[in-house]
Amino acid sequence: MAGAASSFPTAARLHQPIRATSEPWYVKAILIGVVFAFFTLFLFLPLVVIFQEAFSNGIAVFFSAFTDEYTLHAIQLTLLTAAIAVPLNTIFGLCAAWSLTRFDFRGRSLLITLIDLPLWVSPVVGGLIYVLIFGAKGWLGPWLYPDADMLAHSAIARFLDAHNVRIIFAVPGIVLATTFVTFPFIARGLIPLMQAQGTKEEEAALSLGANGWQIFWRVTLPKIKWGLLYGLILCNARAMGEFGAVSVVSGHIRGQTNTMPLQIEILYNDYSAPRSAAFALASVLSILALVTLILKTFAEWRAERQLADAAASLDLPIKR
Amino acid sequence: MSIEVRDITKKYARFPALDNVSLKVESGELIALLGPSGSGKTTLLRTIAGLDFPDSNAGRIIYDGTDVTELSAYKRHAGFVFQHYALFNHMSISENVAFGLRVMKRSKRPAESVIQERVRQLLEAVQLAGYEKRLPSQLSGGQRQRVAFARALAIEPQVLLLDEPFGALDAKVRKELRRWLREFQDRIKLTTIFVTHDQEEAFEVADRVVLIDKGRIQQIGTPDEVRKTPANRFVAEFLDLPAEATASIPA
Amino acid sequence: MGKRFILPGFGLTLGYTLVYLTLIVLIPLSALFLKTESGGWAHFWQTVTSPQVVASYKVSFGISLVAALLNGVFGVIAAWVLVRYRFPGRRLLDAIVDLPFALPTAVAGIALTTLYAPNDWIGHLFAYNQPLGSIFSPQHPFGAWLATQAWAKDFLGREGLRIAFSQLGIFIALTFIGLPFVVRTVQPVIQDLHLDVEEAAACLGATRFQTFTRVILPGLLPAIFTGVTLAYGRAVGEYGSVIFIAGNLPFKTQITPVLIVSKLEDYDYSGAAGLGFVMLIASFVILLLSNGFQAWDNRRRGVA
Repeated sequence: MAGAASSFPTAARLHQPIRATSEPWYVKAILIGVVFAFFTLFLFLPLVVIFQEAFSNGIAVFFSAFTDEYTLHAIQLTLLTAAIAVPLNTIFGLCAAWSLTRFDFRGRSLLITLIDLPLWVSPVVGGLIYVLIFGAKGWLGPWLYPDADMLAHSAIARFLDAHNVRIIFAVPGIVLATTFVTFPFIARGLIPLMQAQGTKEEEAALSLGANGWQIFWRVTLPKIKWGLLYGLILCNARAMGEFGAVSVVSGHIRGQTNTMPLQIEILYNDYSAPRSAAFALASVLSILALVTLILKTFAEWRAERQLADAAASLDLPIKR
Repeated sequence: MSIEVRDITKKYARFPALDNVSLKVESGELIALLGPSGSGKTTLLRTIAGLDFPDSNAGRIIYDGTDVTELSAYKRHAGFVFQHYALFNHMSISENVAFGLRVMKRSKRPAESVIQERVRQLLEAVQLAGYEKRLPSQLSGGQRQRVAFARALAIEPQVLLLDEPFGALDAKVRKELRRWLREFQDRIKLTTIFVTHDQEEAFEVADRVVLIDKGRIQQIGTPDEVRKTPANRFVAEFLDLPAEATASIPA
Repeated sequence: MGKRFILPGFGLTLGYTLVYLTLIVLIPLSALFLKTESGGWAHFWQTVTSPQVVASYKVSFGISLVAALLNGVFGVIAAWVLVRYRFPGRRLLDAIVDLPFALPTAVAGIALTTLYAPNDWIGHLFAYNQPLGSIFSPQHPFGAWLATQAWAKDFLGREGLRIAFSQLGIFIALTFIGLPFVVRTVQPVIQDLHLDVEEAAACLGATRFQTFTRVILPGLLPAIFTGVTLAYGRAVGEYGSVIFIAGNLPFKTQITPVLIVSKLEDYDYSGAAGLGFVMLIASFVILLLSNGFQAWDNRRRGVA
């Protein structure tokens, strides 16, 4: 459909408003006003609240919120969790995208649906499922929380006990739960992109003698880098901000199993701490959110360009 | 109904889409606006329809003596047929054709039975009798365009405006519809203006041809007049006229 | 699309994918089902139909629906305005739409609670002695009428309209969380609209309003349904943004995820698993529904 002077005027290609296809000015003004009011009420005001409350006791108090050892630990734990979950999910995302878009096999669409699953499940369920396996009364509970009987009979239990390995109410559980809720993002950023791009270039590289690894690094990766970045940004934002799933597995042990969002909850509900402390932490995460939005918009735009290029070169209509 | 275009100018940024265009179309005439793409022919048609507006104080559009320049399209009562049919895809064929009648003000709206009868007659006239319940997606290009015609005619317009109506169709269908249009217009004598870049089409169908280039009318005349006495270089070149004809062009 | 097995790496990547999926997703999810089963189906049934739980269904599923519908209406308006109009601040509005997506739920939770708590920010405007709040006071005809409505009893407090710690607060939080879904689903459809169809309607004599209701809106319906369903699915399971503003009063402002957590704390694993299982099934149904609407939308637009 790439015609020079296309007589298909779509809204995106308008130069001037055409009166037959636009509303009277007062209708427009009202609608724009409604949208502004709605967005202000629901989106802008909460942001304003966060920053205003964070600084409500002055800048000194704002910064002192970050000297608290529990808060510092929470920040560390959040960063650690993201540092583990995101790379793991990236590898998964790449593998999933590769196997699902470069090959055709039965059950493909089922797998794609399964990958979306964590996005649909309540975060609380996301944490619940790991408690059911690794918790004191869970499947693996007997090994992880052995009684004397178990210790006597099972070498695994002795080993785990000796090294004080716990999953629930400990860091590993938090990492697991975070990994669960964030793993679709990378795959979802890559799959539509790689599907639209087709396999021609990779096959050409194959015929020239490149092996799998080389094909991936030199041919595929450059083509998908913006889709990958888009997925990474979203994955990271969710990993650092996840509350529900982590709340269930964490046990809320101060200084040990609190991530930033959980620490925010504690500070907020703690009457002895100034309210600005909770909001100070919240403001850091809000800045992260805003940066995420900016980067995401940028990456999305670039990824869409790659998608459009791919579709144009294959003469296909763009399907999302 | 006669149409008069008086001194219409429309500028986009720096270049003029229409530059002081004046034209008079007699009632019952079928005239073609002929020119290369970007010449302004479509802009002129849309201005006549009320889909585009001339720059302020730059010209008038007059329907049968009434100045309609300030009227929006939905008040002008002009039938318009688009190059890509512009059918309402979620409605059936009969709902498409009846649309113009159904959106009329209650006081003017005909009774439901009258509407249905008119739809039936129109579909018969465009040789699509029995297609009432189908959806546009089930029809071919030529059939869709005929529905578009029926739909435009349903409101009994005083003028019919066609924007490259056969441009999206293949050659055989184009010829058939061209012939049908000529016969139809001969029968009902509805003032018709249609835009095309295909000179064969223009010459076959129109009573008079208006040649346009760069927003200016280059020549108006019957197909014969234009071919025998082209007014300038553009006309001669655009119509690919042999050397003798160009001899009559003033220097 | 890829040909079968020409490119290398199928075994490796598919293998890793399946293993990862199984370990992280499938086995844990099956634990839900198995744990429920091990507790016995009678216990399961008792748990998921107990009065407190059923009340939480009404809160979670009911308020989510109202919020999703509200997002349906405002989302369409927002999508239209963002695509069709040009005005200062448009890009900013367009970018901020995704905020609920990017902002951590706990952050949103405390911000909204602070915003609407009775003596705070906006909350105080709704006290009966304030101009805005006076509409809701029993002295005012509207407030008097409202007091007779059973569904409104929850948020008419003693001193003013109670937004935070009432069902109204939950509603606001769930509207926040679902906002991007309708907007982002409908925007591309509006962008792809062909203007000549609207022009044709105008030439046939339709006013702008008629064109919108008879021609444009029917074309947007599949996308609107998809977006509303997506927003609904998200709202139903939402936890972080809701628990701060909800108040968690049993039978009134308790959402189902909160009940799951409290059962875990009571070591009623099979009860928690049962509830989790119900929520999983519900999410799955909503997912299928949205896929269905999406397919309907794709079919419709494939023939544009």
